[in-house]
Parts: sequence; structure tokens; C-alpha cells
Amino acid sequence: MKLSEQWLREWVDPPVSTDELAERLTTAGLEVAGVEPVAGPQAGIVVGEVLSVAPHPNADKLRVCKVHVGQEQPLDIVCGAPNVREGMRAPTALVGAELAGGMKIKKAKLRGVESFGMLCSGEELGIEESSEGLLALPQDAPVGEAIGDVLNLDDVSIDLDLTPNRGDCLGIAGIAREVGVIYRCPVNPPDMPAMEPAVADEFPVEITAPADCPRYVGRVIRNVDPSAPTPLWMQERLRRSGLRSISAIVDVTNYLLLELGQPMHAFDLEKLAGGIQVRRATQGEGIALLDGTELTLDADSLVIADGNGPVALAGIMGGLSTAVSEQTRHIFLESAHFTPTAISGRARRYGLATDSSHRFERGVDFALQRRAMERATALLLDIIGGEPGPVIDVSSEEHLPQRQAIGLRPERIKRVLGMSVAPETVTEVMTRSGASVVEEGDRWEVTPPSFRFDLVIEADLIEEIARIVGYDNVPSVAPRANLEVRTATESRVELFRMRHLLMDRGYHEAITYSFVDPGQQAKIDPDEQPVRLSNPISADMAVMRTTLWTGLLKALAYNQNRQQGRVRLFESGLRFRRRDGATHQTPTLAGVVAGSPYPEQWGSPQRPLDFHDVKADVEALLGLSGDPDQFTFVPSRHPALHPGQAATVQRGDRQVGSLGALHPSLLKELDLTGPVYLFELDAELAAAGRVPKFEALSRFPAIRRDIAIIVDEGVTAQAVRECIGQASSDVLKKLELFDVYQGEGIDSGKKSLALGLILQAASRTLTDTEVDALVDTVVKALGRQLGADLRG
Amino acid sequence: MDDIANIIAEAEGQLAAAGTLAALDALRVRYLGKKGVLTAQLKQLGSLPPEQRPAAGQAINQAKRTVQSAIEARREALQQAELETALERERVDVTLPGRGQDTGGPHPVTRTLERIETIFAKAGFDIAEGPEIEDDYHNFEALNIPAHHPARAMHDTFYFDEHTVLRTHTSPVQIRVMEKQKPPLRVIAPGRVYRCDSDLTHSPMFHQVEGLMVDEAVSFADLKGILDAFLHSFFEADFRTRFRPSYFPFTEPSAEVDIQCVMCGGKGCRVCSHTGWLEILGCGMVHPNVFDYVGIDNERYTGFAFGMGVERLAMLRYGVNDLRLFFENDLRFLRQFR
Repeated sequence: MKLSEQWLREWVDPPVSTDELAERLTTAGLEVAGVEPVAGPQAGIVVGEVLSVAPHPNADKLRVCKVHVGQEQPLDIVCGAPNVREGMRAPTALVGAELAGGMKIKKAKLRGVESFGMLCSGEELGIEESSEGLLALPQDAPVGEAIGDVLNLDDVSIDLDLTPNRGDCLGIAGIAREVGVIYRCPVNPPDMPAMEPAVADEFPVEITAPADCPRYVGRVIRNVDPSAPTPLWMQERLRRSGLRSISAIVDVTNYLLLELGQPMHAFDLEKLAGGIQVRRATQGEGIALLDGTELTLDADSLVIADGNGPVALAGIMGGLSTAVSEQTRHIFLESAHFTPTAISGRARRYGLATDSSHRFERGVDFALQRRAMERATALLLDIIGGEPGPVIDVSSEEHLPQRQAIGLRPERIKRVLGMSVAPETVTEVMTRSGASVVEEGDRWEVTPPSFRFDLVIEADLIEEIARIVGYDNVPSVAPRANLEVRTATESRVELFRMRHLLMDRGYHEAITYSFVDPGQQAKIDPDEQPVRLSNPISADMAVMRTTLWTGLLKALAYNQNRQQGRVRLFESGLRFRRRDGATHQTPTLAGVVAGSPYPEQWGSPQRPLDFHDVKADVEALLGLSGDPDQFTFVPSRHPALHPGQAATVQRGDRQVGSLGALHPSLLKELDLTGPVYLFELDAELAAAGRVPKFEALSRFPAIRRDIAIIVDEGVTAQAVRECIGQASSDVLKKLELFDVYQGEGIDSGKKSLALGLILQAASRTLTDTEVDALVDTVVKALGRQLGADLRG
Repeated sequence: MDDIANIIAEAEGQLAAAGTLAALDALRVRYLGKKGVLTAQLKQLGSLPPEQRPAAGQAINQAKRTVQSAIEARREALQQAELETALERERVDVTLPGRGQDTGGPHPVTRTLERIETIFAKAGFDIAEGPEIEDDYHNFEALNIPAHHPARAMHDTFYFDEHTVLRTHTSPVQIRVMEKQKPPLRVIAPGRVYRCDSDLTHSPMFHQVEGLMVDEAVSFADLKGILDAFLHSFFEADFRTRFRPSYFPFTEPSAEVDIQCVMCGGKGCRVCSHTGWLEILGCGMVHPNVFDYVGIDNERYTGFAFGMGVERLAMLRYGVNDLRLFFENDLRFLRQFR
């Protein structure tokens, strides 16, 4: 809501400066988003009378004018405006003045003729966005008078950012009321007398949807002059409130919208057939609106119809077929109350947002329609003349909004605000806000006024009191609370810990969008059907990510394109997958790694990153559980991963995640520099840990035996480990796999594994015989189960 | 006897000149060896008159000891010098960088979130989480935002279908917490939120932290107290705060909180649009309708809730001047928050 300060001060004039007023409105909840002067600089610009207009000797389009500016001698001014004419009065910038565009007026020679000033357009004064010619001032504008005084330019536009609960402030009247409450000063609305009918003409109004439209006030005005111009003062007020002048009739309805907050509409009476009917639309019914939009209506939309069909989308916009025009002779004026729930959402659904729907959605004072009608009539008669008929008022009292008395308790005020408010302050704030207050024992019964739709329960009244008293006057105290100690779970690894482990291992944390490009994701995770947004912000953010890899690979590409060769990124967040008809939102931890395993450094040769570098990071993560052995890495296939370098991480038979090299063909498709390794873990499954359980330290020495075995190259380390685990007893404390060898001395298709068995008993020193026997058992088991031979 | 003195003097001179352990050993042989000079002297004792022999023998033995200890001293000196030379050869350039893995760091948004969580944890707030694909009921209705409410227009919601949305704020977590737990409650709920809006100052995805405290005597004054304390703690600075009335359907009274601009100290600058104030969060007392939805007794309990934008706090705290940087994941940006 934008308003002119001058206009506001005509209604209410607190003894404070503009800045103070703006600050106080803001702290009272009517946020001032901006205060702008309504015109450019005005010093040295006065009313001038063009005494004569002569052709310019050297230029066709220029004229040489004599302009009387109240000085002894008229000024010679060269002017190029097409509308300059003898006898007109126009703003005249004297030498030394500055115009809205920043231009300074100097004595100048224009094509050889001296000019001592400039005749100005509205644009040059900063009151029009663009002008066709000079601003013609009224013929009675006093010559020589400062233009600022004549046009009342000493004014600012105050731009209020109003919250949706304050529909009552969408008009000068409401804001004036608010200022009156804040500053405890009187509000002086203009006189709005009832206009005596000059003709007896009525027009039939029928409401078939009284719940949606409990009040419809109308009036016929005959024999108007639609060509009469809108007076400059009204144009200026509209402009300063952010509206354009259109025609006198429309301008008056807009003026009422701004002044009282009552949206009104004028129909061309001769274009209305039959009578007015306020009803719900029939499904599929059409209407062409004032702005040219053609709509097909839903049955829940409220329309104003005549005998031929809808003539307005109620409370939103009038129809084209019955609009007033320059030919209009008689008008039918509408001032109605539409129920907020009958209007809200409809405009948006049709892609419309109008000043009218904005107000009706928030609630228009239901006691205002008649007053607005009288006020509009008076203004119209002044401007376009005409003969008003009697006011037609069709109301359904039972459907009008009800204002119930609300109980307000002093102790509740204290409890909610944390401070007491003096009873006389409470009653004063309520009364000035327009509510009626009755004291009932230890409480008040407060009945809110018809214009407040936001005062419904006690808490609303408490806010109202706090707002007017000032939030700054509420103390700021440390809350008191019961010190309850909550259980701290030790057997879960906090995500915080996992994230910081990755950071300490060289990963930077990324945050990528949860919605991704469906095409890109289909390449990475083709087996998942992503959840699709019905109104994505763009085509490349249209589906929810089924894997964090989609965003991470994009971030990798972004960095590789910026000379970042070594990239280690991780992200934690939800991934979204469809399972059994439901969307699962799973906390996930994922990473992408490219470039050398270690930063480039002296004294240590660079080598390419490989699977096991990244596996070490995943193992470190899983190791946080305190029980890494419960996780296994199983060779597997994933469409995004290299078929020979991909594993799923299992915990028992549950899949915790995947790990592997990005598939070379995908690498190419995504235009990445490889190799690239990826991992992704279900953060919940990976987080299950255990509380450490102490095991007594053995006082007896450990013995290490190393063996080297030759197995088929397809035999996994995991198989060897499991076989040894099963074949040995609990004296096997640790198994180190310290070498894997293929090449000279080993048959092709075979590999050599070197293993260190660390053996220790809890209560005695192991004998050589025992150790030999155990190693022998292990070797035999390896031979039997895996075809392993001892390497000679 | 002069001979002996001369021999000692000569030996000491030669020892001092010996630069290596080998040269030293050669001198030892020369003076003390079986065929050495002093040994030869001993052999010549027999040629002396018997009464002179003890004294001369004593003198020669004394001379041997003197030369011996001079050799030892020299040997020690040479060994020390050799060790020093060897150590010198092992000298490293301590200014060369260390080797190994480098360290990464958190995203500035999570860094900020962790900081917010730490501060509220000190006041006994638990952390709660909720889904990001949220139903209409939790995102709107139970927060007192019925269908067609004008406030819905302020939210620019992403929809999946008529009843399923990407949460537009972290406030639905309030509802989920209150559905499950009974007061007293003290929780904060950090997380991603989504609005269908994208320009220089709006990202379609951003982060919020929601806060909720419900107990038998929680007041607006308490809300002011906790937020004042939080803001001063977060920015580690003292400044004025301003609570001004605002509107959220799920709180009543509602407030918007401004802080004195941390960039210019309230004098007015580009960051605060020359107002001296920065809008930093929204808050209010839990609306009775919300308590009704979750079955908390309005007469017995009161509560406050607040919500803040994490990117905004991070931008102000770390001086980041472009919102888009947060989601580009440029390593050159991320490294600055290590």
C-alpha cells in the first residue's frame, strides 16, 4: 500500500516529522518499506504564462516564446514542445533551476536564439514517467508562484509493506485510524453526506449467494459527462498512491479504494441487460475481463451477472462488455461486501491479482458500503455531473460477518506478555482501535469493530495491546525452565562425527540442490523413478534426487572446469526414492573423489587415485561404529559404476551403501576428468554403533607367523579372511594382509597373498607346537576350501 | 730427560694437527706402539746406570700417560666433530611443508548451523528433524494456514500433488514435535526449505532453523530474552535489537526481529539499505489454534516459536555478498571456511 503523506495528514496530523512517523508505523507493525519524494527538485520552477509564441528563425520544430513569470519583464524562452500555445500556463524553470533528470537550466543559445529558462513537462518535474508535451496548468494557477506550492509537491509517498492480517489498513482511512491510536490524536474524515436522489431510477439486484455476498449496494447515476477530465489533485493523489489516471469514472472508484479501502465498480448502465444477479458461476461459463483476459470459470467462482451472463468476476475484476467508455451516458455503481473465503485463492487461480481482490481476500469493512457509495456519488457529481438515483441496498444480515465479544483477562495479558499492562491502557487501546469494551468482573468483554477481521480470540487482543504499547516496552528476560536431563545415546554415531571425519580426511562439504535435472539423473541412476515436482522452477530442477551423486557430480564438473584438479567433496542430506507406493526420504552421506589421492607434495611421487584409497575413507566412516567387522564389501554392479570396481556395503543382509569408480562411459558423457570414485551410505544404517566393551589385556606375548599362499586371482581377500577365521580359534587376534603379488614367479591367473597371523592366548604363553598346529590347520583349510597352495 | 720433554712437546704438536681418526691412530702407533718412540725410550733404559733407571722409567711412563690422554682427548674431539659433521649432513629444511593428506572443512551453511545448534544446546534445546517432502496438513493447515489463506501466497510453494509439498519452512517440525512429545519442550529444528522463487537474493532452496519452547509460564518477555541472548552470542557482539509487530498465522503475538546492522554499526550502509537495521528473524507466541491442532492445553501452557534464515546469518557473519555462492560448491569458496 502506497500513500501520500499529505493525504494522510488531512485525516490525521500527529505532531511528528515524516521520519518519526515512518519509524513509528514500522514499530507498530505497518512496515514502511520506503519513503520517496513525489517529485523532483522544485527550486526555481514557477508558474509561467505563455504570452506569445513565434516561430524560430532557424529551426522548424522550435518556437520562441515570451513567458511571464511574475517578473517585470517576460522571459524569452525557446521551446520545442508541440503543445505550447499562447495563453497557456505551464511550469517554467528559471536559470539556475535543476530538473528531475538532473539537468541544470542555464542561459543558453538555441540555434542562435537566446533562451532564459525552460517550459517543463510533467516528466521534467518528476511527476510523470514520460510526457508528450508541456504540463498544462489550470488557467487560474497564479503566475510566478512556486510550482511546488501550486501542485502541492511538498509531499512524500510512503510505501507500506502490510501483513495479510491488516486488510483494514489498505486505505487512508484505516492508516489514519492506526495513526490516531498510536499518537492518541483525533482522526478527521471528510464529510460524507447522503446524496439526495435526483431521479427515481432503481435497478434490480438479486443475490442468490448471500453467504458469499451478504451486502450489495448499488446506485444508478444518469446523464453523466464521461469526457470530463479528472481534476489534477485527484490524479496526483492516485499517482502518489501508485495508480494511473484512466478516466474520471474509473479514477473515482480507484480513489474510493485508496481512501476508504472499498473496491467499487462502475457499469455502463445501458449495457446491462435485465438486472444484477450475484451468484456462483456455472461450470464452464465464460467471461471477457476488462484487461482483455478471457476466462472459463469454475463453479466455485462468484460472479456478478446480468440477464445475459457474467458481467464481472466478483471482487476481482469487471467485465469488458459492460465497461464504461467515452460513450457512456448512464452508470450503475457497485459497492459490495464479498466474504473473504468467497474471493481468496480465485484471483490467483486465474492468474490475476488486483487491488480489489487483494482487499476482499483480506476482509473489507462490511459496514462501509453505503458510506463509500455516498462518497463516490458526491465526487462523481462534482466531476462528471449526472443525476443520482436512490441507493439500492440488498443485505442479508444473517450472512454478514459476526463480531463476537472476546473475553480479555488481565492475568492472561501478564502471562503471555510477561508484563502487566495498566487497565486504563487496555481500555484506551481497545476503544481507540474501534472496539467496544465492557468490564465484566475481573475481565473485559471486547467486541471488535466491523473493519477488523484479525481480532477473533484473546491472543489477538493481547497482540493489539502489545503492538500499541510497543514491543520495545516488553522486558527481555532469561526464561526459567525445569532442568531436565535427557538420555544421551552412545551407541549411535552422530552425523556430526561422520561429517567431521570426512573433513579431517580432506573432504570439503558441499550442499547441492535437492531437485535435479531428470536427464542427468537418469544417466546416473536409471533404475530409480524419481519423484517429480508439479511446478518446478526450471526444467533442470524438476525431479527430486534419488542419489546425492547427481548433485555431487555436477559440483565436480563445476570445479574441474575451474582448474581444480583434485576434488574431494561430500554431502549429507536426504535422498528421495519411491518404494511400495511411498516416497522414502533417507538421510544419506555421499562423496565424490577425483584427482590424486594426496595433495601434490615434494618427496612423494604422485600416483593415480584408486578404489582402495576411497575405500579407506569409507572404512574409516564405518569404523566409527566401533564394530567395523559387521560391514562387508560385496562385488556388485551399479549402472553408474565401473563393473569391475564397484561394491555394495552390506551390514548382514541390509545394503548400507555403494562404492566404486564412475563408469568410464558415464565419465565421458558427463565430460569429467577421471578416474572418479563415488560412495554413498545410508546415514542411519551406518550410524548404528556400539558402546565399547572392555576386554582384559593378555599378560602373555603375542606370536606372529607369516604365510604366503597362492590362489586363483578370483579368490577374494574376504574369502581368505573368512576361511582363516573359521579354521582358527580365538587365539587369532589379528590377521594382516600385507602383500598381494602377481607377476614373475606366479602362474598367470594366480596371485600370491602374504598374511601375518597374530596369535595370543589370554592366560598362557602359546607353545611352538600349538602355533605350528594352528598354522597347519589354517593352511589345510585354505587348501581345501580355496585351492590355496603355500608359496615355496 | 730433555728428550722426553721434547718428545711430549713434539707429540702434542702433531696430535693437534691430526685431523682424522686414522692420522690419530698413526700417531698412537708412532709414540705408544711396540716400535713407538716412547717404547724405544723404555728399551733404552737398560743402557742407563742402574741408579738413574727408576727415575727415568717413571718419567717415560709418565710421558706415555700424558701422550695417551692427549690422544684420547683428541680422539673425543675428532669423534665429536665427526658426529657434528654427520648430523649437519642430516639437517632438514624445516620450512618445507609437511606431507600427507590435507584437511577439508564444513560448508559455511553447516558451519553456521553447527554454531546455532551449539548456542541453543547450551540453553538445553534439543535438535529435532522432519521430512522435506511434507504434507499440506503439517506445512500449512496445522500451522493455522487454511487453504486459500493469503499467507499461502507468500510462500511460493513447490507441489508434488494437491496435498504434498516441499516444505516451505521448518515450522512443520514444530507440529511434528508437539504431536509426539508433551511439554515442557525446548527444541530447535534445522533444515532445508524450499520456495519457488529464484533471483539474486532468493534461492529456491535454503536453510532455516526453527525454535520452539513450550512450558507453563513461557512469555513474550522470555522470547525476547532468549533471542537477544542468541543474537549477541552468535555475532559475539553487543548491539541493539528491535522487535516489531508482524504477522505469521501460527503465532500471536507475532514479531519480526531486527538487529542493528553488524556491517556499519547502525550508521546505514548498502547491506542494511541505509536503514541501520537488519531484519534477521521472525517469531511469536504459539497461536492457540496450533495448540488445539496438536492437543496441548492452551490454558495450562504457553509457548514461543521462532525461525531464522541460515544463509542470511552466514552472509552477515562471514561477509559473503552473493547468495548463489552457497550452492555452486566452488572449492575456492569452500576452502575459506575450513
